Amino acid sequence: MHLRDAEIFSVQKIGAYVQFTIVAPEIAERFEPGHFVAVAVGGPDTAMILRRALAISDATPGAEFAGTVSFVVAEHGPGTRWLVSQPAGARLDVVGPLGRPFPLPSRPVPAVLVGGGYGTAPLVPLARGLLASGTPLEVIVGAASADRLFGELMVRRTVGTVTVTTDDGSAGQPGLVTDALPDAIARTGAQVVYACGPMAMLRAVSQVARDHAIVAQVAVEESMACGVGVCMTCVLPVRGDDGRSRFVRSCVDGPVFDGGRVRWDDVGRLPADLVGADAMGGGG
Amino acid sequence: MTVEMTTRLGSLTLPNPVLTASGCAAAGRELSQFFDVNELGAVVTKSIQLRARSGRATPRMAETPSGMLNSIGLQGPGIDAFLREDLPWLARHGARAVVSIAGSSTDEFVSLTRRLYGNRAVSMIEVNISCPNVEKRGEVFACDPSAAARVIGAVRRSADPRTPVFAKLTPDVTDITVIARACADAGADGLSLINTLLGLEIDVDRMAPVLGGVTGGLSGPAIRPVALRCVWQVHQALPHVPILGMGGIRSGLDALRFLLAGATAVSVGTAVFGDPAAPIRVLHELTDALEERGFASVREAIGRAHPQRAMVGT
Repeated sequence: MHLRDAEIFSVQKIGAYVQFTIVAPEIAERFEPGHFVAVAVGGPDTAMILRRALAISDATPGAEFAGTVSFVVAEHGPGTRWLVSQPAGARLDVVGPLGRPFPLPSRPVPAVLVGGGYGTAPLVPLARGLLASGTPLEVIVGAASADRLFGELMVRRTVGTVTVTTDDGSAGQPGLVTDALPDAIARTGAQVVYACGPMAMLRAVSQVARDHAIVAQVAVEESMACGVGVCMTCVLPVRGDDGRSRFVRSCVDGPVFDGGRVRWDDVGRLPADLVGADAMGGGG
Repeated sequence: MTVEMTTRLGSLTLPNPVLTASGCAAAGRELSQFFDVNELGAVVTKSIQLRARSGRATPRMAETPSGMLNSIGLQGPGIDAFLREDLPWLARHGARAVVSIAGSSTDEFVSLTRRLYGNRAVSMIEVNISCPNVEKRGEVFACDPSAAARVIGAVRRSADPRTPVFAKLTPDVTDITVIARACADAGADGLSLINTLLGLEIDVDRMAPVLGGVTGGLSGPAIRPVALRCVWQVHQALPHVPILGMGGIRSGLDALRFLLAGATAVSVGTAVFGDPAAPIRVLHELTDALEERGFASVREAIGRAHPQRAMVGT
């Protein structure tokens, strides 16, 4: 894991999003799809004291030039507003690579990749890696509207085809990614679905995978304070190997989870059967 | 000239005065990816309890101007797992461990203290009395001088005599020196000042509190002046009681401010969330800041901002 002052190599506007490529050779060398970076925002004397966690959308380890990594930013508050205003040549304070990447099967099995909004970002390098290992795959990308889509062209270039859905029908098929998912699973004979996007989408994708008795590996986007496992703010209720559920950290135990293990109905709640829930009576 | 950085917390001598803060460093392991935890004065653990605790429902965090609110609810695996895994890890890595303990009754605090008795990996006990007291309808121990004194007295009596016991106080009281004095009189070897301040944030889109737990603890640079004021007042009232100062420290100069106000050591807490290497950076910056000001030792800086009469306890 590395902390570094990284130069912004390029800034690219993609629909409603901004993709940054930064010079960070140590991060690029260790990158696996699903990893994220935590970026400080607001400059040295800022009142915004927490980093922003952003999925890595691409990594180019150095050869002739220094290695770079890319990430995608959606502006939705003062921190990301500051970030998207940073020009090429400016420097960012970045920690990474963080988190547990997408687990890959020991031998290639057919897969469907599902991205919602800029959640497609980490799936682009995943698709590239899976294709290189000989995995047959299809990709579905969706968003509320055409301008919120991300990665359609990159996926098309990498995989050859892509299924696009939008809630309002402004691009691709009208509807949700999960409307297109069962057919894609049937066509490919997929044994695993990889997904990244909003919680509601991940929950729905996990349900479809379950209905087809296949695995869903989903990358969540939870609000994080530290990104390195010390603050305990980014927890989700997840069933463990022992069958018991615990609040686990999205930053170090995730962001990729087995969708069948996440207790989606209980996100944002404290289920009574969670380990240690019985000790919460006294508050504290 | 090199500055003598050692400092004392009661009977405990530390190689330097910069520690982590409880709840901001887990049990040191995660931060060891960024620096050697044995280079710090000590690692202060997350508050340990008797049993596993799930913590509260999410959302547990809200960023606020120069700070953050948290409502974790002391999630942790309980003391058995702590003694089996975390404490031996700290010892193996040469880190001095200040074990924070939390309970909802005096008996729970005593049971925890007994479990730590004689364990050489425990350098000090920090008693987190900013917890609701189930025996007193949930009133926070640290808001009531008699409840605070009862817990601290009981912990001091049941702890290994070689292990210093510090009481960690909340600033959410009318006069913190009253609670400080009650704890010192009950046998506390020192005081940790301050815990978070109770706060609230509202989401204007949902028109509801942001945090699952409704209210949360405010930390970060926003609370630094409150923390410094508490350290100042307590040092003035009880000049011989060692103080572990904390609240919004993110630079060496911030740490120096706490020493000058009367702290004998400092904890770096929320700054870790923005900069995982913050404790070691603060240590280096503090060393430089002391040297630049001509201090030969940390000791010379402690309480220096007080007028001389305050030093003799008037």
